[in-house]
Amino acid sequence: MDQELRELYQQVILDHNKSPRNFRLIDHPTNHAEGYNPLCGDNINVFLSVNDKDIIEDISFQGSGCAISKASASLMTSLLKGKSVIEAEKIFNKFHELVTDKLGDNPDIDELGKLAVFGGVREFPARVKCASLAWHTMINALHNKNEKVVTE
Amino acid sequence: MDSKADSALVVDKKIYDVQKIRNDFPILKLLVHGKPLVYLDNAATTQKPQYVIDKTNNYYEKMNANIHRGVHALSQEATEAFESSRIIIKNFINALGKNEIIFTRGTTESINLVASSFGRANVKEGDEIIISTMEHHSNIVPWQMLCAEKNAKLRVIPVNDEGEIIFEEFEKLINEKTKFVSVVYASNSLGTVNPVKKIIDLAHSYNIPVMLDAAQAINHLKIDVQQLDCDFLAFSGHKLYGPTGIGILYGKVNHLEAMPPYQGGGDMISKVTFEETTYNELPHKFEAGTPDIAGAIGLGAAIEYIEKIGLENIAYHENLLLEYATRAVSDLQGLRIIGTAKEKIGVLSFHFENVHPHDVGTFLDFEGVAIRTGHHCTQPLMRRFGVPATSRASFGMYNTIEEVDVLVNGLKKILEVFG
Repeated sequence: MDQELRELYQQVILDHNKSPRNFRLIDHPTNHAEGYNPLCGDNINVFLSVNDKDIIEDISFQGSGCAISKASASLMTSLLKGKSVIEAEKIFNKFHELVTDKLGDNPDIDELGKLAVFGGVREFPARVKCASLAWHTMINALHNKNEKVVTE
Repeated sequence: MDSKADSALVVDKKIYDVQKIRNDFPILKLLVHGKPLVYLDNAATTQKPQYVIDKTNNYYEKMNANIHRGVHALSQEATEAFESSRIIIKNFINALGKNEIIFTRGTTESINLVASSFGRANVKEGDEIIISTMEHHSNIVPWQMLCAEKNAKLRVIPVNDEGEIIFEEFEKLINEKTKFVSVVYASNSLGTVNPVKKIIDLAHSYNIPVMLDAAQAINHLKIDVQQLDCDFLAFSGHKLYGPTGIGILYGKVNHLEAMPPYQGGGDMISKVTFEETTYNELPHKFEAGTPDIAGAIGLGAAIEYIEKIGLENIAYHENLLLEYATRAVSDLQGLRIIGTAKEKIGVLSFHFENVHPHDVGTFLDFEGVAIRTGHHCTQPLMRRFGVPATSRASFGMYNTIEEVDVLVNGLKKILEVFG
């Protein structure tokens, strides 16, 4: 496989695509939003259960999309479970900066943890929206905005 | 004709020399990600032969001037080149007269012109317009807009699992409220060639006019508008190896005469006072403003180029590629072909059980293979087949069996990674 392509489709991404984590409904979510990418038809629903201390007790997703968008949603849900809403927003910002190439050539890998595997996305401008759809939808759900997220 | 681009124009009609044709298309020499370009996105747009590029450049280099008004030499030369393109196009589709050939920006504008001008003048509250499930958004939305404005109803002919129009359902949809039928000749997503002659004949037996979206058919099938007896026909230059930004609306002269203008402006008038305006005669009544002169000349050149090779020869070659590709991908695990009609143009749409089309598209790109992935501007059709998107390889006159092999090998590699 080509090096650039290998950077995009790292083993972690292929693995999460094949067996996505938290790919399920939450029965009575406190927060929910739907995201849609009209360019490719990707569709995602993000469900959250946030307690009165603003901690994300549970988070899940459902929908259809490419490997990048599915793995991104899967990793996002794994990472955000147990985090506070403020932390979630911080991680979202960091992730967004990573995929839109705002962190420069040497992003702080420690802070990003497993999300660092999405570093390869910045070489593929057409795929940035695939990686960020779940995240935008999650933020919308947290802000309890019911309107559909549309990335294009 | 320019001597520079004459090489392909002497192709023996009996021997289809694909290498010779490839040499006429400069872009086919490109490398993409270090691999030779395998361009299989011809249903989106086709590449341009040197002959078309030269003819287009020649206008800007040797005769650039506005048309239909100047008395100076360049304006007259440009007008002559522009109008001779109209005659080439008229002959290509066998229209009755050149006044039936309207230059537009493309298929989309041609359909909008008819929906807006003919539609507004003839469709009333409670009337019905029939389209099919496999329409491109450009043959759905203009009619939806018209229906919303007039409080009319859009009726849709269903398709079967092979992706063919169910003709009996079309018969059932026709009633005394039906005012117009607009259907695609060949589907951009499925490749299906529709039984348009049958559709036209049935609609005409009820006095209902029919428009054909021929965007995908025009470079595969010999179209004779008099034999088809269609009322309107639309196509784009860029899918016919010509430039973007130029297209054609064919309309029967009696309809075009009766229709109000689509846009107002220069060129479409014969006399203007502040009290009233007399409109110009056909076809100029529908050509307000300075058109894409170079584009029109380029489109005429593209048709000259195609006719030298022969549309039947091109269609034969593309069918061979389609048959070969269909057989080759049928063995791939989890692959489902979307669109298995008996009569197809060179379009192969498919969907993998476990690999999303976007991932297919990115992987193939690194093999140098350009295909289209997505909903192909046919979202209702995607819903009909229960897929969000497909991968689509579409063949042109310059594609080869070896290129199909590159595609299939690329797909095999994808299955190894995602399997």
